[in-house]
Amino acid sequence: MIGAVLRRLGQTVLVLFGISVLVFLVFFATPGADPTARIAGRNASPETVAAIRHQYGFDRPLPIQYLHLMDRLFITRDLASYVDHGEKVVPEVARAAPVTLSLVGGAAVIWVTVSILIGTIAAAARGSVLDRALMMAGLVGISIPVFWLGEVANLITQSRFHTSWMFSWVPPLGYVPLQDGLWAWASHLIIPWCTLAVLFIGLYGRVLRADLVAASGEDFMRTARAKGLSETRVMLFHGLRTSLITFVSLFGLDFAQLVGGGALLTEVVFGLGGVGRLTYQGLVNLDLPLIMATVMYSAVFVVVANAVVDLFYLLLDPRVRDGR
Amino acid sequence: MDADAPLLAVDNLTITLPAGRGRTVDIVENVSFRLDGAEIMGLVGESGSGKSMSALAIMGLIDAPGARIAGSIRFRGRELIGLDRRALRALRGAEIAMIFQDPMTALTPVHTVGWQIDEQLRAHQPLSRAGARARTVELLGEMGVPDPRRAADRYPHQLSGGLRQRAMIAMALSCNPSLLIADEPTTALDVTVQAQILDLLRRLRQDFGSSILLITHDMGVVAETCDRTTVLYSGNVAEHGPTDALFRQPAHPYTAALLDSIPPLRGTRPRRLPSIPGAPPAPSARPPGCPFQPRCAYGHVACETRPSLLPIGAQQVACVLPAEGRALPPRAVLSA
Ligand SMILES: Nc1ncnc2c1ncn2[C@@H]1O[C@H](COP(=O)(O)OP(=O)(O)OP(=O)(O)O)[C@@H](O)[C@H]1O
Ligand SMILES: [Mg+2]
Repeated sequence: MIGAVLRRLGQTVLVLFGISVLVFLVFFATPGADPTARIAGRNASPETVAAIRHQYGFDRPLPIQYLHLMDRLFITRDLASYVDHGEKVVPEVARAAPVTLSLVGGAAVIWVTVSILIGTIAAAARGSVLDRALMMAGLVGISIPVFWLGEVANLITQSRFHTSWMFSWVPPLGYVPLQDGLWAWASHLIIPWCTLAVLFIGLYGRVLRADLVAASGEDFMRTARAKGLSETRVMLFHGLRTSLITFVSLFGLDFAQLVGGGALLTEVVFGLGGVGRLTYQGLVNLDLPLIMATVMYSAVFVVVANAVVDLFYLLLDPRVRDGR
Repeated sequence: MDADAPLLAVDNLTITLPAGRGRTVDIVENVSFRLDGAEIMGLVGESGSGKSMSALAIMGLIDAPGARIAGSIRFRGRELIGLDRRALRALRGAEIAMIFQDPMTALTPVHTVGWQIDEQLRAHQPLSRAGARARTVELLGEMGVPDPRRAADRYPHQLSGGLRQRAMIAMALSCNPSLLIADEPTTALDVTVQAQILDLLRRLRQDFGSSILLITHDMGVVAETCDRTTVLYSGNVAEHGPTDALFRQPAHPYTAALLDSIPPLRGTRPRRLPSIPGAPPAPSARPPGCPFQPRCAYGHVACETRPSLLPIGAQQVACVLPAEGRALPPRAVLSA
């Protein structure tokens, strides 16, 4: 057990190292990325530029610069942005993370619940009109671009029908932390949650249905029916329970990439200052500290999410537990 | 319920499946057999002869879309075909239980064996969790599973094939069914385990008075286990009869050919076992006459019409030879 944890920690460090080196090198290989001019401003004198170069250590060899950057990111945590008057990036990420986590976590609850419902109902009603309708709806959900959906949702709930009884409760765009009250937090996020969830509901619903249909031909499903169990019980305790194994691995990957910043479009449309927006901001400004901080955060999340998925695997599939 | 009715009476069972482009194919045609209390009947035939299909029809488990099942299947006088789902579910697992060919895939991989047996018990009996588990452990013990308490907590993949099949049988027997359908219960197992499982099935009849419909393609298994035998060929009954009579004097050339393919138990083994030349026709390409005619050494003009089952002695045979006075000769008695 301890060995497994250590091994995973080692892997994490290795992954973080690899990614950070890559980001670092790509940054310095990018033409026009030299941060000195950016920090110094447009009309700085050559002396100022030289001074800044020395002050920030841009005149030192790359490995030293790399180590210095890492030191300030992970150890002293006072790494400052190259733009924005040198704002500290670690607190900035720490401020953005709960926003993204709230957004993605809520959406995940919705999409997991609804897609399990849809997938199971469609598989149970295989071949019927209901099945076809649900799967069509799923396909539509997958094909709708999330920013378009978000804009339409805003149009309806924020301006067009905002005064109607249905949407008068919708607060203005933006994020309110959970500490300010559960309802304040949730009401700001309900529309973004649903918007982000639509794509995944479609995707997961269809995948689950296909899995369940494939499982229904398995011998053990026939055994379960031969035992005299109800169709519902066969479906849930034998079919769905077995199909959840694929479902979980899919979920782990999607969840991690969204928490790591993949929900950018949703964040932008709904004015949520999350990690996705922060990453985007870093990239637009070619702001190495911010890029590095968000990328590291996202990488940590992917690794952690993978570990959690593996844990779920162990819980869900006894064959994995025995190392098979 | 009809007290005189046989435990299971299958009459003119015909199973029709859609074969694409609006056509249909009769997988099983006019199959009839019956089974009495505390009786083991063998249902034999080559692969594809419709044994599993017939068994699944009895269980009401044919769920292929567009399948049509005609004829009659009566269990203790009660018609099963067209019985509503709820009533059928109450029978399944409680009165009629089935064990399947491949114990590797027939148990759900993500639940412990004990959990799966508990589940069946609790589906039919008002048992507490602990009560069900106690019964499960008891059953596993009766089926010869060593250390049944621990075995109940194991997952299917952690058990050997033989133990898994014992667990399957324990599960099937958990609610004391009066009829057990065993679809090739030993095919996937090695020979010694096979013998143990067959022994177990024989003891079931003695100890619990269960009737067993034993599906197999192994005439050796039939000889050792079954009171009566029904031979299926390409979805049709070729011959019925008490096993010893059938083995002594098979009336259908197909039965005779099957018997010739058993390796002798004693004496020198022949270098090559005789096998029946050719293969059974696909259900869609069955000839209008006797389905065995294309492979039969005795085929003649009279075989162009489908023979009906005729009684000869204790047997019933779908062949014109006995009626023509050309019955097959008795065989050297096989000392099993
Ligand atoms: N879903 C299906 N659709 C069409 N044909 C089928 C279907 N299932 C089975 N069949 C056909 O029905 C026939 C009988 O199948 P069945 O499984 O009953 O044979 P069997 O006697 O049990 O053979 P085996 O010894 O191989 O188990 C076979 O020819 C098979 O191809
Ligand atoms: Mg079969």
